[in-house]
Amino acid sequence: MKFALFTGCVAKGATRELMLSTTRAAEGLGIEFVEMKSAACCGAGVLSEKTPLVADALNARTFAIAEEQELDVVTICSTCQGVLKKTECHIDSDPGYKKKINHLLEEGGHQYTGGKIKVKHFANILSTEEGLNLLREKVKRPLAGLKAAAFYGCYVLRPSELSLYEDSDNPTGLEQIFEILGATPVYYDSRTKCCGFPIVMMNKETSHDMAGNALIDAIESGADCVVTGCPLCHLSLDSYQPEIEKMNKKGYSVPILHLPQLVALALGYSPQELEMDKHIVSTARLDKILEG
Amino acid sequence: MATFRIKRYNPEKQPEPYYEEFQLDIPQGATLLDCMNQIKWTLDGSFTYRMSCRSAICGSCAVKANGHALLACQRQASHLVKNGDTIVLEPLGNMKPIKDLVVDFKPFWDKIDKIKPYLQPKTRAPEKERLQSPEQFKRIDDSSTCIMCGSCYSDCNVLEVNDKFLGPAALAKAQRFVEDSRDGKTHERVKELSKPGGIWDCTHCAECVERCPKPARPFDRIKEVMTVALEERVTNNTGARHAISFTKSIKSSGRVNENTLPVESVGYFNVKGLFDLLPVGLRMLFKGKIPPILHKSIDDVDDVKRIFMEADKE
Repeated sequence: MKFALFTGCVAKGATRELMLSTTRAAEGLGIEFVEMKSAACCGAGVLSEKTPLVADALNARTFAIAEEQELDVVTICSTCQGVLKKTECHIDSDPGYKKKINHLLEEGGHQYTGGKIKVKHFANILSTEEGLNLLREKVKRPLAGLKAAAFYGCYVLRPSELSLYEDSDNPTGLEQIFEILGATPVYYDSRTKCCGFPIVMMNKETSHDMAGNALIDAIESGADCVVTGCPLCHLSLDSYQPEIEKMNKKGYSVPILHLPQLVALALGYSPQELEMDKHIVSTARLDKILEG
Repeated sequence: MATFRIKRYNPEKQPEPYYEEFQLDIPQGATLLDCMNQIKWTLDGSFTYRMSCRSAICGSCAVKANGHALLACQRQASHLVKNGDTIVLEPLGNMKPIKDLVVDFKPFWDKIDKIKPYLQPKTRAPEKERLQSPEQFKRIDDSSTCIMCGSCYSDCNVLEVNDKFLGPAALAKAQRFVEDSRDGKTHERVKELSKPGGIWDCTHCAECVERCPKPARPFDRIKEVMTVALEERVTNNTGARHAISFTKSIKSSGRVNENTLPVESVGYFNVKGLFDLLPVGLRMLFKGKIPPILHKSIDDVDDVKRIFMEADKE
């Protein structure tokens, strides 16, 4: 399997352990990722607040580059995934708009055709029959005894017409992966809810309340850790967990893992090799569970 | 035979809500509302809910089915029977239940009132009607389809923790006037909508889009109001500064600069805001998670800059 990797900004910045663990997981699975070094930020749904046309043009440019490489695009961020799909849907459904966008791309030597490549989240490529078989074959250290709570991230689920999950109200893709890795999935209501990150600067109390409710729900459902496919959810649930604890006057200390970290752990990589020590919330309690 | 597990509540008889199960054969093609009517008419006359048109026009019969808000008259009951044979019915969320599936819409309507849901024209009324071009009408067509059913309000993730948030229905209704070519108060409106509890408190979770039974799609409308607010230069708030900083960063490097974004969003002169950023900043620094101080551009960033310039011309 070979893909164009759209890293997103956060995996190259505040959650560099996501980038590293993605590389390790790919290495362990024998998946080849070609990093899209000239692709611009997806806009995260924020650029489009200011200038929707540029946001779509930059994403169309990303698709055009993937078309030139003849590779499907893989994202490692729920937000990137949702925003890219939204642009794809908008441009593909409006030939006049596509022409306008291509006019903007022309001078840079790119043209977006449409329909030639697919945009998928890392979780989606693992959830195909080929991906699941690959996981089954490559798992070296089954994560027996680990109760993992999925946290999907809004953008891969809603709106459902852009989601790659068949039933976006009750997705099971991540849980299916957890089971193959040997972990026990924990089902809880908050797994499809919002982490509050997009408003952490505008209204931090509300943002922390939303993240806090998700953490409490996961803990009360018996989770040892929360696993997310979105680095923004990771920032909200991990980096801000001390603030949430302070606000709620309670200690949670729930480790928050990136999906590629969980995958790579089962492939035999150590927590240090996946930079789990870079997380704000210590992941040490997982070591004991993994040691059995 | 399907089981309808219904959340019952009658404070005159019992202070706490409870669940009661009813068994019913779902007739072919029956809507959820048809089944609710069957339960009321044949099994328990005290079962209470709102309904009227049965055609997804009046917006009365919104309830939560299997955890998510929908119009009971718009869904085939058989489509809702997924796990086993049970449909769980509950009142809409984010509003207080009055009896069974009936909730108190007062906060919903108070927020609709707050956004001044009426035209404030630029000029005195002409002798004949005020005309709009098809393009002008298209801007407000989608938000005009809102039937005030409360489904978006019920499932809004922000409202679950912050009842000061105006919410998706009121903000979508606001877009209908902000972008109405006949309205003369655009600037005043977006200024008001940019205050705490307004557009910038939306988390983009799109739960409202998912629940909306019409093309109103509140989050899409909220985004449009954000764009107008920025065009109107209503920028003395964190949300607007965040969008501006984000754009500036992509325009210059093709990527988000995570070091300047928080500082520029809270504002260089906002001492309290900057002070609030310190703990998380220090934690990230201590763990080696601070993004590289020397912000690196993407390859071929000149093409990104060119696209920004070309789009500006348009």
